Amino acid sequence: MTSTAIGVRKRIQINTILVRLSIFLIGLGVFSWLGVNLVRGPADFVTVAIQGLNNGALYALIALGYTLVYGIIELINFAHGDLFMLGAVFSASLLSERLHAVTSTPANWGLLIMTLILAMAFCAALNVSIERVAYRRLREAPKLAPLITAVGMSFILQFVGLHWVGSAPKNFNTVIPTTSMNVAGVTIRYSTLMIFALTIPLLLLMVFVVNKTRQGKAMRAVAQDKDAARLMGVNVNKTISFTFALGGAMAGAAGLMYEQTVGTVSYNLGFQLGLIAFTSAVMGGIGNLYGAVLGGLLIGLIQGLNDGLPIGLGQRWSQSVVFGILILLMVYRPAGLLGKATTEKV
Amino acid sequence: MSDVILEDSGVPVHLAATNNRKWAIGFTLSVIIIFAFYQYVYTSLPGEVQNFFRAWLPLTSLGEAMIFVLMALGLNIVVGYAGLLDLGYVAFWALGGYVAGWLMSGFFDSKTINFGGHPPVGLPNGIHINFWLVLIIGGMFTAVWGVIIGAPTLRLKSDYLALVTLGFGEIIPQFFVNGENVGGLNLTNGTQGITPIDDITVFGHAFGVFDLQWKFLIYSALAGLMIILSLRLRDGRLGRAWLAIREDELAASMMGVPLMRTKLSSYAVGATAGGVGGVAFATLINGVFAERFNFAISIIILAMVVLGGMGNVWGVMIGAVILSWINSTGLVQFGNVVNGALGTNINFPSFNFLIFGLLLVMMMLFRREGFIPEARTRVIMHETTDHQGAH
Repeated sequence: MTSTAIGVRKRIQINTILVRLSIFLIGLGVFSWLGVNLVRGPADFVTVAIQGLNNGALYALIALGYTLVYGIIELINFAHGDLFMLGAVFSASLLSERLHAVTSTPANWGLLIMTLILAMAFCAALNVSIERVAYRRLREAPKLAPLITAVGMSFILQFVGLHWVGSAPKNFNTVIPTTSMNVAGVTIRYSTLMIFALTIPLLLLMVFVVNKTRQGKAMRAVAQDKDAARLMGVNVNKTISFTFALGGAMAGAAGLMYEQTVGTVSYNLGFQLGLIAFTSAVMGGIGNLYGAVLGGLLIGLIQGLNDGLPIGLGQRWSQSVVFGILILLMVYRPAGLLGKATTEKV
Repeated sequence: MSDVILEDSGVPVHLAATNNRKWAIGFTLSVIIIFAFYQYVYTSLPGEVQNFFRAWLPLTSLGEAMIFVLMALGLNIVVGYAGLLDLGYVAFWALGGYVAGWLMSGFFDSKTINFGGHPPVGLPNGIHINFWLVLIIGGMFTAVWGVIIGAPTLRLKSDYLALVTLGFGEIIPQFFVNGENVGGLNLTNGTQGITPIDDITVFGHAFGVFDLQWKFLIYSALAGLMIILSLRLRDGRLGRAWLAIREDELAASMMGVPLMRTKLSSYAVGATAGGVGGVAFATLINGVFAERFNFAISIIILAMVVLGGMGNVWGVMIGAVILSWINSTGLVQFGNVVNGALGTNINFPSFNFLIFGLLLVMMMLFRREGFIPEARTRVIMHETTDHQGAH
């Protein structure tokens, strides 16, 4: 009896030691890589890091959509990245093509804000209708069914994007200036500042809605227990629709900002960015709002550093780095940085 | 409901057997008829009829369909039997393809190895190993990769698993795209790909680029082998363990099914089929091209499994043949006809996304069990999770 008990415990300990050792080695590798680059060119390092954080803010906005939806109906909404793509395409065709806002004038700034609101509304409406048409009927179905549906939806949205912008990436002139300023050798693009100026209020608003309003309370209740929430008089369907609307609006905002900072849209943009954003959501702990933001910024930072630093794998391995992180996370810490480990519910 | 579950597939055993026999005879007959048609009848037909067949039913797309049958059945073992969603199946296809690229071409021209292979005349350099041997090597290689990918990830919940497989499905093709300089070594020739691939040899006969009807026969034989394997596995101990896991993981593990080992074996078998398909596909298109291995392929193969009916071998076979034909030939040809008749200029292949996307959504909404379902699958796919309401 006793000997088997000891044997089991010993094996577990060796496993834990191996896991810790490999985490330590990975951490050591990352830190030495960062250290070498920092010593070689501190100003370049900061420039690249800021550019990375700029992308990270966009990832955070998209990741929020994943995390909200997963938090409430435990579905990985594969179509969310493509929703973001449609947000970018919508902004490009409205602001740059219809309204001809291609220079940085005060009037155009007004149009930009208007487009931001319209893009958010557009994506919110789209997301709500996707939920209404496809996911709602499958809420009680086996898990494979809604997942496959979401993949199908992602394809349908890509088709819409393909017919909207064509198969080749399209360039647009932007309202947000493409120039940059120089502070002590560090280059900061104005667009980066704009991104933060728009993203931070949006995130605060979002946190406020979820934590302080009545609707937010309903959301949290439904996420915890649908049946109990229904018994307490919460309209579950409406609450889920609201969650999709909120996530969609964030994706729409991210779409506009992407279009305005990068200046290029293509129909298959959503797939890659969506996956990166999902990785961010998982990194922070899926279902956790702050986790999504933290994860987005971290992933953006890592990707920016990898792509921009002189000693690094470079841009062509960018995707592999992000997915490598995803896989490592899944293996070592599936609950994410801020998430609590849960056992699978039966 | 309960009697359906108790009875293995909803139909009495002897009925299921005759059903299988009918399908098997049908499959073999169609293969033989198609082969005989192209071998003996086709060349003596008038020119217009030949053109018609060349446009609507080319042998390349038939061969491709058979390879997709093979791969869809491989994915069916993972998704349909074991109930694990794999969104990165294209990775195994790519790995198998590159095994063929490495072992059946003049790519590594600093070495000259010939092991029953068939190098092009006058170009003996490179590694040239016999096709059948490469099939086995490719299958084993991808099986190992299936275990490597599966071992750390199969502990995860189903939806996380889907994501991680998707991640691998992105990383591995990206490795092949960027692989022309891995630490100074050219492993994959980057986007240019590896071409040409050696001929297939059968008892000293070499089947090259133009012996497509023979190649079709070979690919059909591979697909047929996979059909037999799928049917046999399903009724065996391992297959029943897979189905048990698909239906209720917890209950299965309580009944003594070793979860990890069983899931891993489904991954390995599925990966093997993907690898064999990859080797076969490389010989069909006479090359390996990194950019062909994209996410859309994973989804198309998944759609094949879903359309026919997850878990049902014959349904998956039919689904694979139809979708593969639409993807390779049908859509383009149909587009040409419509554009020609109406004078329009619609890009029909771009409707691929819509067709496969809608197909997945519609099937999940209205006919989750597929068009040719098993009674057992139908019951499971319509089971609600109400009793698990305490989420």
